[in-house]
Amino acid sequence: METTPDAIPLLIHDELETPPLSLWQLAWRRFKRHRMAIFGTICLLAICAYSLGGALFYSEAYANYTETGLRLNSPSAAHPFGTDTVGRDILARTIYGGQISLLIGVTAMLVMVIIGVLIGAVSGYFGGKIDSLLMRFTEAVLIVPQIFLLLVIAKFFSGTIPDITLLGRTFSGSVVVIVLIIGATSWPYLARIVRAEFLSLKENEFILAARSTGTPTNQIIFKHILPNCMAPIIVAATLGVANAITLEAYISFLGLGVKPPTATWGNMLDGAHNYIETAYWLWLFPGLLITLIVLSINFIGDGLRDALDPRSRSV
Amino acid sequence: MRLTRAVVQYSKFEISMGHLLKVDNLVTKFHTPEGIVHAVNGVSFHVDDGETLAVVGESACGKTVTMLSILGLIPIPPGEISSGSALYTNRDLLQLSEDEIESIRGREIAMIFQDSMTSLNPVLTIGRQMTESLIVHLGFSHEKAVERAIEMLTAVGIPDAKNRLSEYPHQFSGGMRQRVMIAMALSCAPSLVIADEPTTALDVTIQSQIVELVIRFQEELGMSLIWITHDLGVVAGVADRVIVMYSGIILEEAVVDELYEAPLHPYTNALLAALPRIDQETHEPLLSIPGAPPNLLIKPKYCPFAPRCKYVRDICRQSIPPLEMVDVNHQVACWVNIETGELR
Repeated sequence: METTPDAIPLLIHDELETPPLSLWQLAWRRFKRHRMAIFGTICLLAICAYSLGGALFYSEAYANYTETGLRLNSPSAAHPFGTDTVGRDILARTIYGGQISLLIGVTAMLVMVIIGVLIGAVSGYFGGKIDSLLMRFTEAVLIVPQIFLLLVIAKFFSGTIPDITLLGRTFSGSVVVIVLIIGATSWPYLARIVRAEFLSLKENEFILAARSTGTPTNQIIFKHILPNCMAPIIVAATLGVANAITLEAYISFLGLGVKPPTATWGNMLDGAHNYIETAYWLWLFPGLLITLIVLSINFIGDGLRDALDPRSRSV
Repeated sequence: MRLTRAVVQYSKFEISMGHLLKVDNLVTKFHTPEGIVHAVNGVSFHVDDGETLAVVGESACGKTVTMLSILGLIPIPPGEISSGSALYTNRDLLQLSEDEIESIRGREIAMIFQDSMTSLNPVLTIGRQMTESLIVHLGFSHEKAVERAIEMLTAVGIPDAKNRLSEYPHQFSGGMRQRVMIAMALSCAPSLVIADEPTTALDVTIQSQIVELVIRFQEELGMSLIWITHDLGVVAGVADRVIVMYSGIILEEAVVDELYEAPLHPYTNALLAALPRIDQETHEPLLSIPGAPPNLLIKPKYCPFAPRCKYVRDICRQSIPPLEMVDVNHQVACWVNIETGELR
């Protein structure tokens, strides 16, 4: 039988090749396999929806409204999560407190990432004296216990910053202080990760090639090397959010954090230890939310670590 | 696909009566824990407009370090350029500030690297990497740079260039990546291109395609080319003039035909004899040069090839022979005339 060219079926583009997956599509595929990470994502989204959506039902004024006659009411239809020691509604306060806690978590993480990446990148890329100097500084920050540093700075700055208004909400200036000091004390680990990545990445031939085309140094650092170490930075940043939320809860619990009436999950726990047996609702709900959010963010971090690992061969 | 005139006119040719690049007595050292590595020990050469200069020599003889020194790409420390000058259009490249040399790299002197597999950034798209130097050097807008990148990729023989711009290096084969590297190096229409063994990581058929590609571009753009290689076969087909390097020293320099017909240095002679020939008997062993290249940690005090040389004389172990002009087109650094066996 003779085959004529007509007999050869013409293949359309899609039949010839499957479009390649981008880095992020691949990462998403691997991330989806990580069950706990998916659980964490759902949980985190639910908590975000809770604190952002809840604001539609309760006003902030209501959350901060004190009614001493209603102090320490147990959960009821009017106050589903009960009331606190000055009669404020705990449900409304967890909603608004959640906003602040999330805000602190995300912004403190940004502060940490900016400082950490900058110091790590400069130190790793330039090496030599700059590196020694920056790394000794990093180690100096690292050896001072973070909690101690946080408490001292928080005490020092407390009450010096006026209230601020952001996105239609007015809250205590202590939020900004907390964000800055959490960010400013948690960057050393990230700086060391970034430095280590830079040390090995800068020796690659493609960096020499980039320099040979006259690419300016700042572009080499931020556009050529930095994208190569995004994976560890993203993972560290994710875990940084959880860390910041815990730290905020910790200092607020000790009464040095965000000042009431601005609610955070942390300062809602302030004083709750006196009522562990008598008024469980004081610590149960904020405590549960902190635990849940930190847990889910850590799961997401784990999932991201696996999904973004370039050495991972799984598809 | 031929390059359009528009591509050519970006090139800024400075009309000079002298040489495009003139390197004089370049000395590059590396300070290592083991001691000082004497990588380049007083190298002088020049490249003229539109000329192809081949630099041959075995691995670690200072070919690449010489070129990287000229472009200021040697990490200092541990590197050190302890003397010499590299005059390019009346500027000494070795004295320029980092900003000044950055504006020359890629714009006027471009480099094509050896290993195309590692010379492209794995996390940036080909488009990003191609447009960058156009935006930096020529001040192109993003759209114009993309247009130019497509034009260049098409010119180096990459089909469907428009779509491939958004792909990553791992989606390209080795030969394709080397084509991309060439397109990147040539996109600003430099006046001098340094090709550092651009064909070593490729198989033979791709090698010849890449050689043809570079040569075609050189002719179309009228640029000068320095071709670093250890493949004497490629040199014969490509170069106008050849420099033979050994242990950081130039042993011989000649017009390509002269070098092949009448090599004057024992090392060049041995290298040519070591080339496998197509008419060679299959069971005949391939010739090799006995011994090994000298340790670069020791500063050469006499001819570095003397320990392996079959014409060696006493004087060879006492001082380094100067590079002397034997003919208008031929220089050699050897104490012995290998034809007569007498001292020069």
